[in-house]
Amino acid sequence: MEKVIETRGLYKTFPRKGGSAQTATHYCPGCEHGVLHKLIGEALADLELQDRAVVISPVGCAVFAYYYFDTGNVQVAHGRAAAVGTGISRTKHDAVVVSYQGDGDLASIGLNETMQAANRGEKLAVFFINNTVYGMTGGQMAPTTLVGEKTVTSPAGRDPLQTGYPLHMAELISQLQAPVFIARTSFSNMAKLKQARQAIRQALEIQRDGKGYAFVEVLMACPTNQKMNVEAATRFVAEQMETEFPLGILRDRSAETPPIVRAESDYRKETLDRLLRLDVDHAPDAQPDPAAPTVKVKMAGFGGQGVLSMGVILARAACGAGKFTSWYPSYGPEQRGGTANCGVVISGQPVGTPMVAEADVLVAMNRPSLEKFAGETKPGGLLLYAAEIGEFAAPAGVRTLAVPALDLAKEGGNPRAANVAMVGVLAALGDFGLPEAAYRAALAANFAGQNKVVAQNEAVFALARQWGERHRA
Amino acid sequence: MATQLVKGNTAVVIGALYAGCDSFFGYPITPASEILHEAAKLFPPAGRRMVQAESEEAAINMVYGAATTGRRTMTASSGPGISLKQEGVSYLSGAQLPAVIVDVMRAGPGLGNIGPEQGDYNQVVKGGGHGNYRTIVLAPASVQEMCDFTIKAFELAHKWRMVAYVLADGVLGQMIEPLRFPETSVAPETDPSWAVDGTAATRPNVVTSIFLDFDELETFNHELQAKYAAVAAAEQDSESNRLDDADVALVAYGISARIAQGAVDAARKEGFKVGLFRPKTLFPFPQDALNAFVDRGGKQLICVEMSNGQMRDDVKLAIDCRCPVHLVCRLGGNLVAQDEILAKIRATAKKA
Ligand SMILES: Cc1ncc(C[n+]2csc(CCOP(=O)(O)OP(=O)(O)O)c2C)c(N)n1
Ligand code: SF4
Repeated sequence: MEKVIETRGLYKTFPRKGGSAQTATHYCPGCEHGVLHKLIGEALADLELQDRAVVISPVGCAVFAYYYFDTGNVQVAHGRAAAVGTGISRTKHDAVVVSYQGDGDLASIGLNETMQAANRGEKLAVFFINNTVYGMTGGQMAPTTLVGEKTVTSPAGRDPLQTGYPLHMAELISQLQAPVFIARTSFSNMAKLKQARQAIRQALEIQRDGKGYAFVEVLMACPTNQKMNVEAATRFVAEQMETEFPLGILRDRSAETPPIVRAESDYRKETLDRLLRLDVDHAPDAQPDPAAPTVKVKMAGFGGQGVLSMGVILARAACGAGKFTSWYPSYGPEQRGGTANCGVVISGQPVGTPMVAEADVLVAMNRPSLEKFAGETKPGGLLLYAAEIGEFAAPAGVRTLAVPALDLAKEGGNPRAANVAMVGVLAALGDFGLPEAAYRAALAANFAGQNKVVAQNEAVFALARQWGERHRA
Repeated sequence: MATQLVKGNTAVVIGALYAGCDSFFGYPITPASEILHEAAKLFPPAGRRMVQAESEEAAINMVYGAATTGRRTMTASSGPGISLKQEGVSYLSGAQLPAVIVDVMRAGPGLGNIGPEQGDYNQVVKGGGHGNYRTIVLAPASVQEMCDFTIKAFELAHKWRMVAYVLADGVLGQMIEPLRFPETSVAPETDPSWAVDGTAATRPNVVTSIFLDFDELETFNHELQAKYAAVAAAEQDSESNRLDDADVALVAYGISARIAQGAVDAARKEGFKVGLFRPKTLFPFPQDALNAFVDRGGKQLICVEMSNGQMRDDVKLAIDCRCPVHLVCRLGGNLVAQDEILAKIRATAKKA
């Protein structure tokens, strides 16, 4: 049967194979991999796709497909062809990506990659060789092995109670919305071979036109591992495999599917600067100022009290004023536990550790945080806590103030801005050396796009700052 | 020049964009997820590709595919995901494909927790997958370096056709600092001598890691080793602080180095002659500079790391065990405390 197909799209000789017989393939005599190679090669040549094509050699008997296909070639890890193909076709939009995979590769170890790439509708032509066994490794059971079929790992025949039933890949993929074309074919007689040839061509036309995912399952035997001669192999395919895996076109949406259009990379610096809003959001580079003190601030409270963003606003103000600064949060489950805290360091020199173990300033928004961190505040430091917490015995040597942050926030028009109120009090009482404008810019940047909130927060900040001035020591 | 206040994980994506990275493939995992989030936000508007993969294995194989085309590509993850990527890293190395991987380390083994750790040192710096390969490993210690080292990782990956890692930790990923933005952007070009990108020029090429013939594979392995030796000679990078007159050097990378710097400053005030040696590359390990310290009469080393001495092993190898190498470490998501380092310095070093 191989003889009837002209060899096109394949190399004339196979130097990558090495050795002396450079026109013979590495496949076993009587194996139909050669037929499928020729059909794919012929279609690639006829459709003039060889320059655009990248053929992916899998792990399995077709691991050396790159000996043969006169196209770009890439060999990949076991089962990962669909993921590699995704990477290629997403990167090079006009590449025609062809994957060629066995049933161990595609339906077992690579099932996830297979299904997910199909589900994303990647631009791939996938040729799936279902021969019911792992050929290369010695004929082990595959997901596609027939019930009762004997293999080296199902010596008594596949027992569905132990190992389940043959996996029907074409039908499985038919459950997905994205694939454009799905077919199952065989070479068990001339008519079927012609249908297969047509399906293969169609899968590649879909790639030529950039329309998306095409899947062609090809049934064949593995004469070597199944210990069959060519006639027996053909009978096995026609009588047993085709009964279990019916042939046909399961889906063809190629006519109504438009090409997938994707953007090209824009490498221009102007584009990136604009995208990152450098035009509106930029600070001066930090300038060393050895005379400026290093101030470490700890902020803590319930999740939802805006503790983390309170820290970001302060760090932003410092950054805007050309200071060195860092912000480091508690993250993950700690937050989920209901409490959040962060440390902010502001300095005239590059910040060492961003963690705040001993704070110069503590801002506590709830009692657990206050009790946890009050003892870690340095003597001579400043402790601000939300007035609602109530009575609290100030640690020795620490200036401690109950701040009516919530009232100040309400008064300013934004009851959710107790954190902003705390920043206002810090601006008045903290020893950060930051200009007023830096705080205002930080508030505006932090709530960019929410004009009403920005206005309210400005009012809250101003009131809180005045409150702070009134409570200067 | 312009500065913005930026999270470490975001700085990685900024670096990648200015470095001309074409595609990002990732899978969510704390504390690296913001890299995926920011790539999702920033890559498409710049025409770059971003795919949320079905797994880390898929992500690294998407990287393999994108790298095959000769374009700049990357992925990012944390310990459990890096473990899954190791197969792909071995294949990338076998096929000599350039790619960048960012590991924002969390505490292990197993699911561990999401706190910061440096326990991926061995699996990232020493290989981790099968075969005799190495990867270039850069170790940032600030948000600035998260960006700058990502850019450098792309340069080195493509210069040497190797995988280049940026090995960070949960603190560096999650913290916010001012970032000076890159002054230029790169528009990289595909090298048609080896890439396969679906063009006539690259049609004759094949990307593969198979050598059936034992001797051929041995020769190829030796070629790889020669390349790694050249990388080791050319790309070592480190920073020394107050080492000139020091008897004792702390050795630390990443966030541990910043904590160690604090300990050095405090110990100097107490009169100890101690300094800090910070590797910025972990492969190649900056052994020349470290040896210079020992040659000059440096007497002892104290490794400070958030792992069980994984880096210390490399330090010992680097100086051929010519002086005692001590270890101060914390594990499980805990940071080393400055006082712990100071205690070790007091027990080890002599006062001036
Ligand atoms: C990760 C990994 N596991 C196992 C193998 C060994 N292996 C090589 S080929 C193969 C089976 C391939 O079978 P199939 O996909 O059905 O292709 P066929 O050989 O039948 O063409 C296996 C398990 C490998 N190369 N990599
Ligand atoms: S082992 Fe089976 S599938 Fe593989 S080449 Fe031989 S006959 Fe074909």
